[in-house]
Amino acid sequence: MTAVRALGRAARGTFAFLRRDKKAAAGAIVLFILLVITAFPSWFTPHDPAAEVYTPGAGLSWSHLLGTTSFGQDVFSQLMAGTRQSVLIALIVGFFSTILSVVVGISAAYLGGFIDDALSLFTDVVLVIPTFPLIIVITAYVKSATFWLMVGVLVATGWSYGARQLRVQALSLRNRDYLLAARARGESSWYVIAVELIPPMTSLIVANFLGAALYAVLAESALQFVGLGNINAESWGTMLYWAQNNEALATGLPLWALAPGVAIAVLGSALALLNYAFDEVSNPALRPVSGRSRRKVRS
Amino acid sequence: MRFLGRRLGFLLVALWAALTVNFFIPRLMPGNPAEAMMAKFHGHVNPAALHALEVAFGVNTHQSLISAYFSYIGNTLHGNLGISTSYFPLSVSSVIAKALPWSIGLVGVSTILGFIIGTVIGAVAAWRRGGILDSVLPPIFIVISAFPYFWVGLLSIWFFALTLNWFPILGAYTQTNTPTWSLSFIGDVLIHAVLPSFTILITSIGGWILTMRNNMITVVAEDYVKMARAKGLKPRRILWQYAGRNAMLPNLTGFAMSLGFVISGAILVEYVFNYPGLGFMLLQAVQNEDYPLMQSLFLLITVAVLLAIFVSDIVTAILDPRTRVRT
Repeated sequence: MTAVRALGRAARGTFAFLRRDKKAAAGAIVLFILLVITAFPSWFTPHDPAAEVYTPGAGLSWSHLLGTTSFGQDVFSQLMAGTRQSVLIALIVGFFSTILSVVVGISAAYLGGFIDDALSLFTDVVLVIPTFPLIIVITAYVKSATFWLMVGVLVATGWSYGARQLRVQALSLRNRDYLLAARARGESSWYVIAVELIPPMTSLIVANFLGAALYAVLAESALQFVGLGNINAESWGTMLYWAQNNEALATGLPLWALAPGVAIAVLGSALALLNYAFDEVSNPALRPVSGRSRRKVRS
Repeated sequence: MRFLGRRLGFLLVALWAALTVNFFIPRLMPGNPAEAMMAKFHGHVNPAALHALEVAFGVNTHQSLISAYFSYIGNTLHGNLGISTSYFPLSVSSVIAKALPWSIGLVGVSTILGFIIGTVIGAVAAWRRGGILDSVLPPIFIVISAFPYFWVGLLSIWFFALTLNWFPILGAYTQTNTPTWSLSFIGDVLIHAVLPSFTILITSIGGWILTMRNNMITVVAEDYVKMARAKGLKPRRILWQYAGRNAMLPNLTGFAMSLGFVISGAILVEYVFNYPGLGFMLLQAVQNEDYPLMQSLFLLITVAVLLAIFVSDIVTAILDPRTRVRT
């Protein structure tokens, strides 16, 4: 019962938060629409996205909302069908990166000493090595990267920023009285970490999830765009790859190249706006000031 | 000085990690794709160069992994990066030397410019909290920073080069020109650099604006800023000499930390614009299965980023006395 009630409270809290924060609300609505398309792509694809049977290079029309490619495929159907890969990459990579960040960041802060030094050094090294060239080198050897290989590579390169932030916040909480009290009660480390330490960090953890998801979307589309993913995949990056290789921009089919880019940008912006809103939750000083309270802040 | 010592130690550890990753990646791949590449070389290359390649990729060597590892590190530290297969028989170092100045010119200048402009805008936005700059710019740049770099490049090619015909589409200079130090050639290079540089600027600037704004908001609330106001100092002076200077310090560290991301994006910008720098060359090497060139480029980009981080650490140490005293 308490779990149900807690869930209800969380849902109400989220709803109130979205009502207050327009940026977050815009991000949440866009994300919701994309999730619906991901779950039921067939509702939104009027034509078979792979079929090369329509007039090549057609402009806008009611039957082809965004025209066709120079192979004679329907751009709108490809766009809708491609939603799934980007959204799934965002969610899966975001999830696993966040878990890794939480485990590394919080163990470093909570255990301290040598373990903290070693984990922090490791985090910083992973953080500063430029990830995209590394991903390029790895996928170049594999030739055609599968979905799960991409997930693995993106998680391995995407967790470090979050781990660093979470460590800093966990360090600042570590010696608070309520944590000392829990330890004095004789609670186990696991209990202290899971029940006392992590809940106050929720907004930062969510912000990290969104940041990692955004990174994954951009990196995945870039890999597909340069042809290092699977060039037969249904994804926005792959659409851009074919559009670029067939000089869509120069041959008068700009929509073929612009539409998937807009789609990536829309998903990315939704994640970034939500991320920003959660930043404001964990750092109240960043919240927007209204005209009236402005003087108070400035003086 | 202990601060710099620690940072130098970190630089060395990170360099070692990059070298190690570089050594093990080709060995961990299924079916060792390097072996096929090596087969093409036999009989074409002098034995010493061939041996260096064999060591680098772990082909045909009867060495143990450990001794191969050490001779690889030795080779790399001596600048012996092997031979490029796609620019055969040129050495990797001479191929890279041709691309390096273009990247430094384009990516280096645009990144630093983006950092400076972004920091200034961020400081002013936070200073006029709730003003137009503060309420309009952050959301705009949050959205822009979520755009894929390469797509912003495509968009600007389509709009400024193909539709408006203001700028050339591709390359670093008109192909019919021969590179000289003449005024007309320099002008040609500059006009070719406008669009790629604009792309890097517009996509990287948002991050600097947001972090600077957020730091500045915290600093403006500090007592010494209030004190400066109470003394009746000119607002401009408080903004730059008091608050801005301190808010910039974490931004410099942030600059170092997110440099890797910017460079990653710049690789794609070079690719989209066929700009003959390191990033474009890296993707070309991938397409031509030129593994020695590809791995050396990865290493070089990493070294460049790590050195830039170290430089920003030195600058931080000079600007911020606290880093010199503490730890």
